[in-house]
Amino acid sequence: MKERTVQLEVLRYNPDTDTEAHFQRYEVVCQEEWVVLDALNKVKADIDPTLNYRWSCHMAVCGSCGMMINGEPKLSCHAFLRDYEGVIRVEPLAHFPIERDLVTAPDDFMEKLKRVKPYIIPKEKKPISEGEYKQTPAQLMKFRQYSMCINCMLCYAACPQYGLTPSFIGPAALTLAHRYNQDSRDGGRAERQEVVATHEGVWECTFVGACSEVCPAHVDPASALQQMKITSSLDWIVEHLMPGGKSARDTASREDAGDIS
Amino acid sequence: MAKSHKPVVWFPFAAGGTVIAFCMPVIVLLTLLAALGHAPAGLDYQNMHVFARSGLGKLIIFGVVALSLWSSAHRLRCTCYDFGLRADTLVATVLYAAAIFGSIAAAVFLARI
Repeated sequence: MKERTVQLEVLRYNPDTDTEAHFQRYEVVCQEEWVVLDALNKVKADIDPTLNYRWSCHMAVCGSCGMMINGEPKLSCHAFLRDYEGVIRVEPLAHFPIERDLVTAPDDFMEKLKRVKPYIIPKEKKPISEGEYKQTPAQLMKFRQYSMCINCMLCYAACPQYGLTPSFIGPAALTLAHRYNQDSRDGGRAERQEVVATHEGVWECTFVGACSEVCPAHVDPASALQQMKITSSLDWIVEHLMPGGKSARDTASREDAGDIS
Repeated sequence: MAKSHKPVVWFPFAAGGTVIAFCMPVIVLLTLLAALGHAPAGLDYQNMHVFARSGLGKLIIFGVVALSLWSSAHRLRCTCYDFGLRADTLVATVLYAAAIFGSIAAAVFLARI
């Protein structure tokens, strides 16, 4: 195993003592095949135990170690040192308030997740005695890709719209809405449209596509949002140009709302 | 929160994007060929003139021009927004007006053929 000395430049911020964030340089002896997270763990263990960051699984599953690495949103457990030369700059995820060092506050994302109702709102409720809700492989494939999100928030850090307009519901939450809309067992689309089809929903997206580029789970949020723009546009036509369309839609929303209460 | 009326501008944008993707590379190629004097026989001036004089021809040419202009205007509006130019109403008004003006001009020229 080859060793390599890596220069890490890490953004530090302690809310108790600092008025603003500053960079701190660490020289770390690493193994050639390590990832950035390994280097941070080495800093924490041997050089500076006060360094704060989140991580858990170390295998790109849990989605908690998202950071800006040389300005790009990445899972630090998935950012191999061999892909970087010179000083590696490590910062907390962009567009989120810093809590301490590399730890950001995800509250805004959590609140938005709730707003899109990311759970199955059954088309028709049936008693357990009637058995399970069955689904064909083709029905599963319609939403499977969009269900792979690990909530790492890299897409929010990459999205220029979210950076400029913080009220934007954003890629991951909207994609999850699409995941449930596409589910054959679900009947909650009309309810979700109240959030999805607004200015702060899909219409804030200008299809930059950065979300899909940085997504470590290959969810492709950009495609989900474009598909939702098409269905939202068709809804708009039904609601505004078809006689009686609007009232029919309102009735559907009310029925669905009653369904879950 | 109220639902957005953006589909009004987005639908022609999406249609224009499709038209641009399918037609524009071919049109650019054929224009270059024609400029270099290598227009295919079926696409020479006489044939194109006959095409542009027919009602269906006029409609197709107008559709391609108007939708492409609208799509480009909307794309440029979004790009301005992405770069942080947030005077969106002004940007949208200027760009959409340009697209509408170009479409009207196309209609006038087509009507004269």
